[in-house]
Amino acid sequence: MANLKTVSKKSKAQSMGMHTEVLTGRTQQKFFNPDEAENFYYFGTYDVDFNKRTELDVKDMTAPEANKEIDNLMSQGYGTIVIKNPQGKHSLGVGILNKLNLIFEGSLGYFGMGSCDGPIVRINGRVGWSCAENLMAGKVVIEKNAGSCFGAAIRGGDLICKGSVGARTGIDMKGGTIIIGGDAGAFTGFMMQRGRIIILGDVGINLGDSMYDGTIFVGGEIGSYGSDAVDSELTSSDQDWLKRKLKVAEIGENFDVSKMKKIVAGKKLWNYDNLEPTEKKGAI
Amino acid sequence: MCGIAGLIHRGKSSNVGSELQGMLQALKHRGEDSTGYALYGDTDGKNFIMRFKVGENVGEGSSSVMEDVSVYDERKKIVDQTLAEMGAKVVKEERTLPYSLRYEIDYDTKDLLDFSQRIESIPGVEILSMGKSLEVIKDLGNAKMVCDRYSLDKVVGTHAIGHARMATESGVDIKSAHPFWGYPFSDVSVVHNGQLTNYWNNRRVLENKGMRFMSECDSELIAVYIAEKMRHGATLEEGMKESLTGLDGVFTYFVATKDSLGMAKDTMAAKPLVLYESDDLVAMGSEEIAIRSVLPQEIDTYDPFDGEVKVWQI
Repeated sequence: MANLKTVSKKSKAQSMGMHTEVLTGRTQQKFFNPDEAENFYYFGTYDVDFNKRTELDVKDMTAPEANKEIDNLMSQGYGTIVIKNPQGKHSLGVGILNKLNLIFEGSLGYFGMGSCDGPIVRINGRVGWSCAENLMAGKVVIEKNAGSCFGAAIRGGDLICKGSVGARTGIDMKGGTIIIGGDAGAFTGFMMQRGRIIILGDVGINLGDSMYDGTIFVGGEIGSYGSDAVDSELTSSDQDWLKRKLKVAEIGENFDVSKMKKIVAGKKLWNYDNLEPTEKKGAI
Repeated sequence: MCGIAGLIHRGKSSNVGSELQGMLQALKHRGEDSTGYALYGDTDGKNFIMRFKVGENVGEGSSSVMEDVSVYDERKKIVDQTLAEMGAKVVKEERTLPYSLRYEIDYDTKDLLDFSQRIESIPGVEILSMGKSLEVIKDLGNAKMVCDRYSLDKVVGTHAIGHARMATESGVDIKSAHPFWGYPFSDVSVVHNGQLTNYWNNRRVLENKGMRFMSECDSELIAVYIAEKMRHGATLEEGMKESLTGLDGVFTYFVATKDSLGMAKDTMAAKPLVLYESDDLVAMGSEEIAIRSVLPQEIDTYDPFDGEVKVWQI
């Protein structure tokens, strides 16, 4: 080990094995050729036709029954399914690993659209806690408000809420984009690791608390910053990206993105090493 | 995990017993160790209604010690005697179950502290609620079981709060069930979902100030905490706002008084609450399905933010 009294701070950290890799921008990394994306399928998924449309009334169904019926309809080639009377039921539309155009005519309860990869979903109502948790790809649009833990741990895709959302939006997210048309509650972006969150309205206390990486854009007032969340410069490429994203999301199209605040991780809380607290103190 | 629900009709009365039963039954997966109702019924406001118990439900799942029914009769006799000594006249008496009673009492007082202390000095007796419109009914089992047992589905009133309990930090018994009466205030009740981590610290302080605790359930602290604030002149809303910093832990709770209903959510927003507001009705619950049981049509609902306190009048 190097002599800790004589080396600079950076090399101290390196010599003690602390992580100094710059992660910013890794969300743009391409891991496979997008032109070949159509060749990637999950086992058990179906070849559906978006022009083949049907309706499903789930008023008298349990969530497992409704989800099984959605799967059954996809197996028959239906690519557009309209769900009637969801009436706040929990766990509707979970685990869809298929291309699908899914429309809910009403509100969902907890865990709606969880663990999905690929569907395009429009919810003409409100959603409860943990909507679209673990979303891998696709697009989920909520026309009204959403509960807490919106988009928890998503890896990809676009998650859009046109109203306001509760606390801990984007908690532990590892990719993708979350767009909020209204306000967001406390601890938004808590421990986020990658991806982007856009909030057009106000946001509550402890924004971006303990975030590892990723970016949060806020259009309104910020209640307070969380630990290690810091301001960053809003570049022209950020603004271009925001304009494009808001246009595609059909939300805040005329919003003045130049006045938005950009929040990123200060990266002082990174703790990828195996140091004991006393050793860490010496390194820092 | 517990479930709470509440509703208030503004400017009219409705069948709040049946409505709350539907809301709480929709939340039964959040806990069915016990269920409690705080119903604010339409009364003439002349007499006090005292709901009290002289024993516990010792049925299946109960953590209470079994007692002979004759003990309940003895306790009831002492209650009757004490009431007579205080000059309180029992106008109507109902004994729904051997351990659960409802008295309508003609008694002229504004200070229920002395009254309550004398009644509760009788071993095994606990006042569940005291007020001119409030009635707290709580027992073991889910919402429908309790509703059927006490015939609550026909209760008409303006507002109500209720609780479906999964017992975690105290026993499966009536004394630990919600709602809690805001002793010694007439017509004040509380339901809570969450955990309070400074329960014992606050309890010691409040007991030194003369407040009473009947259980070891952390949620009782909220009722006592707010009652103590009101005792020193705070309004309901002021007391609730102070609780956001005075109480530590995660919580969403409702408080109801004779003519109002309030909600408070902790500063971390760790416990769920969905709210529907219109000009003539406010309905809220731990999950949207509770609200859907009274409003099946498509409605606009939202989650209140962290640290939010709201109070509505009838």
